[in-house]
Amino acid sequence: MNLIYLTATQIAQLIHSRQVTSEQATQAFLDRISATDSRVGAFLSVAGDRAIDQARKVDQKIAKGQIDSPFAGVPVAIKDVLCTTDEPTTAASKILKGYVSPYKATVVEKLESAGIVILGKTNLDEFAMGGSTENSGYQLTKNPWDLTRTPGGSSGGSAACIAAAQAPISLGTDTGGSIRQPASFCGICGLKPTYGRVSRYGLLAFASSLDQIGPMAHSVEDLASLLEVIGGHDPRDSTSIPQPVTGLAAKFGTSIAGLKIGIVREQIESEGLDPEIRQNLLNAIEVYQSEGAKIVDIELPNSQYSIATYYIIAPGEASSNLSRYSGAHFGYRSSTVTEKSGSATASSLVDMYCNTRGEGFGPEVKRRVMLGTYTLSAGYYDAYYLKALKVRRLIRQDFDKAFEQVDLILGPTTPTAAFPIGEKTDDPVQMYLVDLFTVGANLAGIPALAIPNGQSKSGLPIGMQLQAAPLREDLLLHAGHAYQSTTQYQPTWPTLS
Amino acid sequence: MNAPEYTTIVGLEVHVQLKTASKLFCRCSTQFGAPPNTQVCPVCLGLPGSLPVLNAQAVQLAMRTGLALQCRIANFTKWDRKNYFYPDLPKGYQISQFDLPICAEGFLEIEIGSEATATRKKIRLVRAHLEEDAGKSLHDESATRDRKKSDTRIDLNRTGTPLLEIVSEPDIRSAEEAKSYLTELKLLLEYLDVSDCNMQEGSLRVDANVNVHIPNKDPNGKPIATPIVEVKNLNSFRAVERAIQYESARQYQLWQQNGLSIGQAPKQTRGWDDQDGITTLQREKEESADYRYFPDPDLVPVLIEESEIDHVLQSLCELPQTKRQRFVSEYQIKPYDAEVIVSQGLAIATYFESLIKLGSTPKRAAAWMQQDVLRTLRDQDIAIDQFAVTPCKLAGLLVAIESGKLDTTRGREVFNQLVQNPQIEVEAAIDSLGIVQVDNQAMEQLCAELLAANPDVVEKVKSGNAKAIGSLVGQAKKKNPNADPRVVQELCLTIINAS
Repeated sequence: MNLIYLTATQIAQLIHSRQVTSEQATQAFLDRISATDSRVGAFLSVAGDRAIDQARKVDQKIAKGQIDSPFAGVPVAIKDVLCTTDEPTTAASKILKGYVSPYKATVVEKLESAGIVILGKTNLDEFAMGGSTENSGYQLTKNPWDLTRTPGGSSGGSAACIAAAQAPISLGTDTGGSIRQPASFCGICGLKPTYGRVSRYGLLAFASSLDQIGPMAHSVEDLASLLEVIGGHDPRDSTSIPQPVTGLAAKFGTSIAGLKIGIVREQIESEGLDPEIRQNLLNAIEVYQSEGAKIVDIELPNSQYSIATYYIIAPGEASSNLSRYSGAHFGYRSSTVTEKSGSATASSLVDMYCNTRGEGFGPEVKRRVMLGTYTLSAGYYDAYYLKALKVRRLIRQDFDKAFEQVDLILGPTTPTAAFPIGEKTDDPVQMYLVDLFTVGANLAGIPALAIPNGQSKSGLPIGMQLQAAPLREDLLLHAGHAYQSTTQYQPTWPTLS
Repeated sequence: MNAPEYTTIVGLEVHVQLKTASKLFCRCSTQFGAPPNTQVCPVCLGLPGSLPVLNAQAVQLAMRTGLALQCRIANFTKWDRKNYFYPDLPKGYQISQFDLPICAEGFLEIEIGSEATATRKKIRLVRAHLEEDAGKSLHDESATRDRKKSDTRIDLNRTGTPLLEIVSEPDIRSAEEAKSYLTELKLLLEYLDVSDCNMQEGSLRVDANVNVHIPNKDPNGKPIATPIVEVKNLNSFRAVERAIQYESARQYQLWQQNGLSIGQAPKQTRGWDDQDGITTLQREKEESADYRYFPDPDLVPVLIEESEIDHVLQSLCELPQTKRQRFVSEYQIKPYDAEVIVSQGLAIATYFESLIKLGSTPKRAAAWMQQDVLRTLRDQDIAIDQFAVTPCKLAGLLVAIESGKLDTTRGREVFNQLVQNPQIEVEAAIDSLGIVQVDNQAMEQLCAELLAANPDVVEKVKSGNAKAIGSLVGQAKKKNPNADPRVVQELCLTIINAS
């Protein structure tokens, strides 16, 4: 039995029934990482011996019956925007090279207390800004299904490591689609929870009003268990929802007959949508119909403005969130001395700021900081940021209205399957359009699930997306689970050639 | 008298550190004086991934202050980020309130003019909003000549301490009015127990916006206003007064030279140099700085129910001005006396009221407060809670004086005993000084002896000069220290009139 080709639920059962130890499972994945990551590039740091130590401690607790968590002993990979205290937390940015946080993110504490072993930290687009992981300040991550293609992003490392059997589950973050898009590109499942479901404490902020941490895995079942571990109220995050996250799998195995599923015709018929994705989506609609779900046409009239709205709000918040990376207190500080600086100390301070940020940030981060600084400026604020906030409200109202009619909305995750590395790097707007179907859920704060939905003729994974009303992760996961059961979905792994 | 050459126009921004145990958005202590960077955590250090959580106590204190300043309390208030780069601001932005401050449109009444002609004036307030304090930059002044050695150190203990910024309208017309406003504001804040108001420790900081209006020679013309200058680095009320005096004179003089009025020259920020007594240019703004304010997405808006506002209003203590008025109406003391007692702070006012409750007449209590109690406190440089003479003891003494058991002069001797010996009770102090009430018979005898020995005095009294008796009082005191001067006078007159 090869442990690396199992779902987290299966591994957890083996550990629970003492057929396998956490140490064995952890070692198996660590071995896989060392054997394959030079080709995939999913990890920025690997916990190695520390992970083994951790696994042994969990094994002891399991032996003494001191731990009662469904995923106890299972290894996980986490996106390198979540604070851990043993390895660096870099956001894939040179400005945080070697930065070690003195405290742990709430989700990291929750993983640890559930006995889940952290394997290492995964690559991303710098500060989660991007859709291909090409914006990492450190390395490229390749799509395990086709190493010439991107894994998507920004949680590209967290998606690729699962597809490459380097980890059974991972945590990503999703600001405009950064969990769902790479999940679809890499043929795995990913969930962006309702805004406020998972504490953001210890998540390096990109756009605070949009960021959510979520689970990535092979199966919907795995997602449900992992979300229950990381979710719930956290008094350290003012935007955290004071409700427990439990019973997500309660309806698994029961019929979805009567479920009302909305579809947006323009999305499915849109020219930009890849025909194979469209066909697989139409097939999925039939599957749901055959299971007794009712398909309803709905409209999201303001969704056409979602990309524009998103690319005003997100950079605006980012420009402020990233101000702390100034070289004054932590992280990278430029040692460049600007010759022209005069004698006043004020000017050498400004030089230090400019050089640190100029050298420490990559081009996409700089682009967004500049965009955000512009749209928040006096004289432009009303026309851009304030207007975007108003449109955001309209977009949210569209979803509110839709969910008066239907339980779920089904559609594509991405317009295309994984694109080749380098294809969009010179055209930021093309890159931004990759988020077309995903940003709506972030702007509206609703939960959204991406699950595999077949493959293209060229063997690339295709995904689809389900969206639900706030706090209805249970519905999403039920529908996702039903789809995987009906279609007898089995995770598959590429050969990494 | 000639019309003044110009009118001084002042608006004050007062930053008040609120007296919460922990900071505005984290649980770090706000205690002053700890070693640098020991009262910090990931949140106030602005470390990556940290998030602010509101300290509700700060909102309570802001509401209390706002209500006492007659402000409208917002039912919906929110947090905005004020973005700027400076090393004492680790996040690169300050969490503040931009367009929806917690308190708006209040006023504070101040007293202007001297005792006899004093009138009251309303200074209107634009707003009072909550924000987090920045850290402290400690510049190594000694090394400024050698730039390579010059060093700036940052202490972030203060970062995140709750501040209430109280902004006045430009209603203040002189340095004296500014001082009066600040004195009354400080008194109010102390009564409310919302701040330590310690300027040395920085828990109360003042910026002054100053310009002058010059009467226009053209009969229909509006007065000419000079460009507004914001004066910073004002470390005492005295500094505020001096800076306003200096700045208004400087602006008038400058206008006489260059004729530039508001709008024709950029707004300046100037720093007060207390040693040289001048302001110096810090920066000039062509436009107001662009802080790129926007709502902080890490925090939720604060919703304040009317019932909550009512509750805070009900629980407000009596405010200084109300107390002054009540002292005058309830105790029939002079407005000036009420002013002096109330302005010394809540503890003094309470001490005074205790004296009355314990039996002293208000008039005597007011006199003793001002002459004896306050003087002693000043001499000893202590606060009333460190004062040896409890209200109970002093009231006992005052009642004894009232009853004629001893006179005011001997009363002062007893008071001094009580001050010097905190253990001693009033009765014991009276006894230790040998004070006993002299009976009438003994007094009559004493007076008769004195009159017999001083026929000239008797003659003077008989010829209509009753005041001549005064010279006998001193002699009576020498013969018997317990002789009450009032009784001596009365008895002597009775005996003379009867003879």
